[in-house]
Amino acid sequence: MNWQGWAEIALTLGLAVAIGWPLGVFMSRVWNGERTWLDPVLRPFEAFFYTACGVDPKKSQSWHSYAGALLAFNLVGFLVVYGVLRLQGVLPMNPQGFPGLSGHLAFNTAISFVTNTNWQSYAGESTMSTLSQMLVLTTQNFVSAATGATIAAALARAFVANRGEGVGNFWADLIRTTLYVLLPAAFVLAIVLVALGLPQTLSAGVTAHTLEGADQKISLYAVASQEAIKQLGINGGGIFNANSAHPFENPTPLTNLITAVSINVLGWAAFFAFGRSVLAKKDVRALVIAASILLFAAGAGIYATETQPAPAQVAAGVDASVNMEGKETRFGAPATAAWAAMTTGASNGSVNGMHSSLMPLGGGIAMFLMHLGEILPGGIGSGIAIMVVMAVLAVFVAGLMVGRTPEYLGKKIEAREVQLSILAVLAIPVCVLGFSGVAAVLPEALKGLMHNGPHGLSEILYAYTSGTANNGSAFAGLTANAPWWDVTLAIAMAVGRFAPIVAVLAIAGSLVAKPKLAPSAGTLPTHGGLFVGLLIGVILILGGLQFFPALALGPIVEHFQVLAAVAGH
Amino acid sequence: MFSHLRPALVSMGLFTALLGLGYPLAVTGVAQAAFPAQANGSLVRDARGTVVGSALIAQAFTRAEYLHPRPSAAGNGYDASASSGSNMGPLNDKLIEREKTDAAALRTENPGVVIPADAVATSGSGLDPEVSPEYARFQAARIAKARGVAPDQVQAVIAGQTQGRLWGFVGQPRVNVLAVNRALDARFPKGG
Repeated sequence: MNWQGWAEIALTLGLAVAIGWPLGVFMSRVWNGERTWLDPVLRPFEAFFYTACGVDPKKSQSWHSYAGALLAFNLVGFLVVYGVLRLQGVLPMNPQGFPGLSGHLAFNTAISFVTNTNWQSYAGESTMSTLSQMLVLTTQNFVSAATGATIAAALARAFVANRGEGVGNFWADLIRTTLYVLLPAAFVLAIVLVALGLPQTLSAGVTAHTLEGADQKISLYAVASQEAIKQLGINGGGIFNANSAHPFENPTPLTNLITAVSINVLGWAAFFAFGRSVLAKKDVRALVIAASILLFAAGAGIYATETQPAPAQVAAGVDASVNMEGKETRFGAPATAAWAAMTTGASNGSVNGMHSSLMPLGGGIAMFLMHLGEILPGGIGSGIAIMVVMAVLAVFVAGLMVGRTPEYLGKKIEAREVQLSILAVLAIPVCVLGFSGVAAVLPEALKGLMHNGPHGLSEILYAYTSGTANNGSAFAGLTANAPWWDVTLAIAMAVGRFAPIVAVLAIAGSLVAKPKLAPSAGTLPTHGGLFVGLLIGVILILGGLQFFPALALGPIVEHFQVLAAVAGH
Repeated sequence: MFSHLRPALVSMGLFTALLGLGYPLAVTGVAQAAFPAQANGSLVRDARGTVVGSALIAQAFTRAEYLHPRPSAAGNGYDASASSGSNMGPLNDKLIEREKTDAAALRTENPGVVIPADAVATSGSGLDPEVSPEYARFQAARIAKARGVAPDQVQAVIAGQTQGRLWGFVGQPRVNVLAVNRALDARFPKGG
């Protein structure tokens, strides 16, 4: 560890929060339907969308109707992706000549991209045509991110309303977030990334004649355009198998800094947008501080583990100051550690080094951040929404302890909100522990593992954690393109996405009808250091504790095996 | 539910046209016009215009007179259409055996010198175009002997291709393997 490493980690994590703030103000204006400086260009497009779709953007929907529209849109998205991937072989723009995907792989991939997970059971450069990458995967990178943002917008309206009815219009939220926030940001970022070295071509690649006289086939795609929205939309599905470790996705320390910040920036922006929309900036600042503390701690923890002696390097008698297996030279330990924390703290899932080759506790921290429910800062909107759920539970717990009426942001918290909040956070443990338990004893599932013992269990746990939390990163030794893995992971992704979304919208529907209360002497302050501490406690206990027995059998046992192996030399 | 069908279908169609075709094609147009070298893969050509590789992608070098890249887990090694890390866990037996074997070979080449980690550890992509300055300097003696020049001259070429950290603290110092090897060929032509 050195000062350069610590400075790089602090800069990367801090920059995302700092840029997220002004972007959050803009995002809030977009949610609220206020004027923005992009109106002259984009207003006609927006109006055309409404006319063609036959919707009135000013008509506020009940939470049922809002959720129904969201689910209908996602169902259509699933069918389009599935269809295109199955038919890839007969569709145009396929210079690679790739055939259509198998049923189970197309099913998994369609669910994966619609749910903003971007788990990939395939290697991009040997599976996906240029058309598939652009037409369906890039499109879903945008609209699945916008879908997540809509629930934060709806939840914000519920907190603002005083005995209101509707939670907003889903179509307006979806279309405005896509057109005003995601599309301009992605376009600018894509051009910057091309300038810094990312390819952007419709050609399938070139064959080079190397200095030693061999032929090397180099795959190319329209990389930059997908890379930009892959990061900004907190999607994470790479063009190439190696994702952001691939030099074509992430060629230099500068592209690494920019794309790492892009992972978190709109997640933080949604925090600030929520605060501005609800007129609760101080309370949201407390949420940002709580999330930042956990995220910085995780980044520092992974940096520390990756600079512990790696057993193979010790056994080989080479320099063991950094665990270099699975890491790129230009990134080393600090940039890989910061990225690993940011990608698992958000629901991104892109990687710039291989998580399976991290030291056991480094991989364990990555898994643990996903267990917390993707709230550091999580996906755009989906992160702040689940963070508010955590805050509601924290207020409820505090209310039980001191006998105060639980209130949050001027709304009374009652049995229905607490039940729905618990429902929202239960999806992860049920899917992760349930499916992992079955997979750990099922020969059909175990065939896919690369490792036996604790690391094998970690492969299973990581896969279902990543799928359910809609992250998408992997301990990629697992061969997941088989019917069992493709189908069960798809189910985990769908449950992990839509159960919390529906629960959050139901909470919004319940809160919107309540009167807005002025704070009284009996109201627990939710912006001070005490609340930050309480919230961190609730997040760690509720989000993390139920996974400790499983983690103890995976990364923690493996950690002690590593210590023993290193001590043996 | 049925009332949502029309907006769901129409908006998905419009989004697909705008985001799935319009956006990537617009970026491609700007990229090809403004940054053609990067947009087409940062290709490196020799004097005759033949593509000899990409500045961003590792290629295999096995001859003694060339700087060698890190070991690769991409396909059968340096397969630029099958990027991959080894994905081996820290206690994987194959990983430990592989690093021991590679380290033993390197030790005979340069006895008594500490072997840098990147000399035996595969990268995340299998296509890492760079090595650490330590691993590049480690190989200088072998390269100098094979080319019949003084080690200092090879060290000078390596030093000329070494990149430091951005702003002094972002990223890691590194040396591009293909750039060094092209510089070596230009400076000390083979057989000369």
